[in-house]
Amino acid sequence: MSAHHGPAKGFTRWLTTTNHKDIGTMYLWFSFAMFILGGAFAMVIRAELFQPGIQIVDPEFFNQMTTMHGLVMVFGAIMPAFVGLANWLIPMMIGAPDMALPRMNNWSFWILPPTFLMLASTLFMDGGAPNYGWTFYAPLSTTYAPPSVTYFIFAIHLMGLSSIMGSINIIATVVNMRAPGMTYMKMPLFVWTWLITAFLLVAVMPVLAACVTMMLMDIHFGTSFFSAAGGGDPVLFQHIFWFFGHPEVYIIILPAFGVVSQIIPTFARKPLFGYDSMVYATASIAFLSFIVWVHHMYTVGIPVAGELFFMYATMLIAVPTGVKVFNWITTMWQGAMTFETPMLFCLGFVFLFTIGGFTGVMLSLAPVDFQYHDSYFVVAHFHYVMVAGAVFSMSAAVYYWLPKWTGKMYDEGMGKAHFWISFIGFNLTFFPQHFLGLAGMPRRIPDYALQFSDFNMMSSIGAFIYGASQLLFLFNVLRTILAGKPAPAEKAWEGAEGLEWTLPSPAPYHTFTTPPNVK
Amino acid sequence: MAGQSNNGHETYYVPESSPLAFLASISLFLTLFGAASMINDMSWGDPDVATNSKIYFTVGLFSFSAVLFWWFRTTIVENLAGKNSAQLKRSYVIGMQWFIFSEVMFFFALFGTLWYVRNLVGPWLAGEGEGGRMNGLLWPGFEYNWPMNTTPQDAVGIANQTIANNGTFKGADGTVDWTHIPLINTILLLSSSVTLHFAHHALKEEQRSKFNMWLGVTLILGFVFVGFQVVEYQEAMHELGLTLGAGIYGTTFFFLTGFHGFHVCMGAIMLTIQWLRSMKASHFTKDDHFGFEASAWYWHFVDVVWIFLMLFVYIL
Repeated sequence: MSAHHGPAKGFTRWLTTTNHKDIGTMYLWFSFAMFILGGAFAMVIRAELFQPGIQIVDPEFFNQMTTMHGLVMVFGAIMPAFVGLANWLIPMMIGAPDMALPRMNNWSFWILPPTFLMLASTLFMDGGAPNYGWTFYAPLSTTYAPPSVTYFIFAIHLMGLSSIMGSINIIATVVNMRAPGMTYMKMPLFVWTWLITAFLLVAVMPVLAACVTMMLMDIHFGTSFFSAAGGGDPVLFQHIFWFFGHPEVYIIILPAFGVVSQIIPTFARKPLFGYDSMVYATASIAFLSFIVWVHHMYTVGIPVAGELFFMYATMLIAVPTGVKVFNWITTMWQGAMTFETPMLFCLGFVFLFTIGGFTGVMLSLAPVDFQYHDSYFVVAHFHYVMVAGAVFSMSAAVYYWLPKWTGKMYDEGMGKAHFWISFIGFNLTFFPQHFLGLAGMPRRIPDYALQFSDFNMMSSIGAFIYGASQLLFLFNVLRTILAGKPAPAEKAWEGAEGLEWTLPSPAPYHTFTTPPNVK
Repeated sequence: MAGQSNNGHETYYVPESSPLAFLASISLFLTLFGAASMINDMSWGDPDVATNSKIYFTVGLFSFSAVLFWWFRTTIVENLAGKNSAQLKRSYVIGMQWFIFSEVMFFFALFGTLWYVRNLVGPWLAGEGEGGRMNGLLWPGFEYNWPMNTTPQDAVGIANQTIANNGTFKGADGTVDWTHIPLINTILLLSSSVTLHFAHHALKEEQRSKFNMWLGVTLILGFVFVGFQVVEYQEAMHELGLTLGAGIYGTTFFFLTGFHGFHVCMGAIMLTIQWLRSMKASHFTKDDHFGFEASAWYWHFVDVVWIFLMLFVYIL
């Protein structure tokens, strides 16, 4: 049987693999490469904003940088990173031999590299790369778009295809491949959050596909979806985009919740507090994500009844999210805690994500959002949840499971240094942006008024520190793989629970070809 | 049969490493890169500059189809070889169900768009309600009717338009009469779902020739539907002046019916392949016919979409 073969030799192993661990590894490295690329764009942005005035790049190119930074980070770095984790971990956590549909799994991955090559190549096209912001509002992205928008549209189609196939695979795996005895309410929380995330992806990626297809038609085939002259409406674009876009926010953060819910119990040496309520809170967040999208559009001209409905619905999200934060803190309460690198990143996550959550509640208030809208306050808010939320949890996950993946232990001192430098760099970058936004500095501009100079300079210095700390991360991971000390045989962490820790380290190429019996 | 492991579980078949996925990715990329370049040549490019976009597109599409054929062939061969455990078959079932759900969400976005433009945008453009306060100034004289045969641009005149001009949107002279071709098409498509159901029953009762016959009838009904749709489009464009550029009515009309028509074609291709498999190779048994069943689900789904189209695009 093929199931007992080792990996194929040479480079074709990676092109033709059907193994969830190989595919997970490819996803993770791809997403790191995109993280560096998107980070480089961010460095250009922060270098330009270091001082007021136009210093380094044209305003036109600056717009391309903000757009590409957002697109590459959201679709290229964060989403594939969590799919990579799902690939590696879900089969091991539920006791399955592989993902349910292994060849399609490989397809989901291999769609991404050429797609991002196409997206990045728009930087060298006539008229430049997409310059309309990662939210690509019409008519900026239709009437006033550079010709490269067509490549951008097809890139979005391909990413959507990859996400839908990847999600269907995850759903089929979780529903169909659990080991005997692994009931739904015994699944590790990471598996639960990914199941719900996959549902969200299958539900909203087709809506994004419809959205960009309408753009394509408006640009090239004379339709008038987003053009008032023909009876359409540019605001329609925003409705469709945010009907996708708001669930997308939870697609990014729910797997991060799952990671943190795996790691905190290990280092608190206590089971997760309120497992059931965590599952229900995740499901509630997913449900609410479909009925809050207009809170991104308060200032566009929405009837008052609409503003009120979406304001109250949005504030409701704070309830299940509060349940989660409460449960993480209560898990740690009276625990025998130690502070290894994964735990530090999780603590950073809980602390900073909560700040991002609070600013989210502020933004949900329609009357005050008129002040914050499209300001640096919004930029600060979503970087607190995207970077200190999603990216911190990714770092935590890599340190936590690296011993299982590679059989080697990372350098703890370097890991801790990575955490503290990131933590300080991150807060130095984004905390001042709250004040900039409240004082009235708009987002997506290459130049600003003089009174914003000091905070911008602090922010840029913080960004360079944060960016450099990721190179330390890369170095630590590479050093672990090439020359790390051997990890403990099975459990790398004293308090770790779950099926993946019953396997040897490194995990063999094929695991659980015979399903384990779960008590 | 699928292997048994020592504690009594069937082993799950994890396929050998395979070049299919990588080749599918590359050929699909080539197709869409070629398509984007072709579309750009039409709209922005210099017509005198010859590019290779058509070659990329054609080669990509041809190879993508070939890879898909090879891929499905592989899965069929594996199933016939008895490699698929009951659990693996369930994975295919779950996969198809969620794929159809994703299609439902795609059409949900399309119908949501139609609802929004008909019930909110139209009245607002005519100056009604809270959303319409400014529009009385932008589009004086525009009155909202559905079907919108006078666009806001028609109402004020293209030369007097006060906002940026991003196209010419001349309303149509008339709309498609639902009592003619659309009604025939409704009957055709609904009957095709019934005949497909007969075919499924025949298969479950192991009546091969009856199965082939009813599936063949379904296919004929499907292809006649597509033919009528083409005739309807031609009449709309040439006799009624109803085009993609005829404002939001033409836009939504062609976008919704067009995507439905595309899905009918996909479903018909899927069913044709199942028909050929049954005719030429006597595939499918009464208990094992998921290729057919998945195609049938898809066909019924497309049929349900049509009922909503008939209601919200043609009749109401």
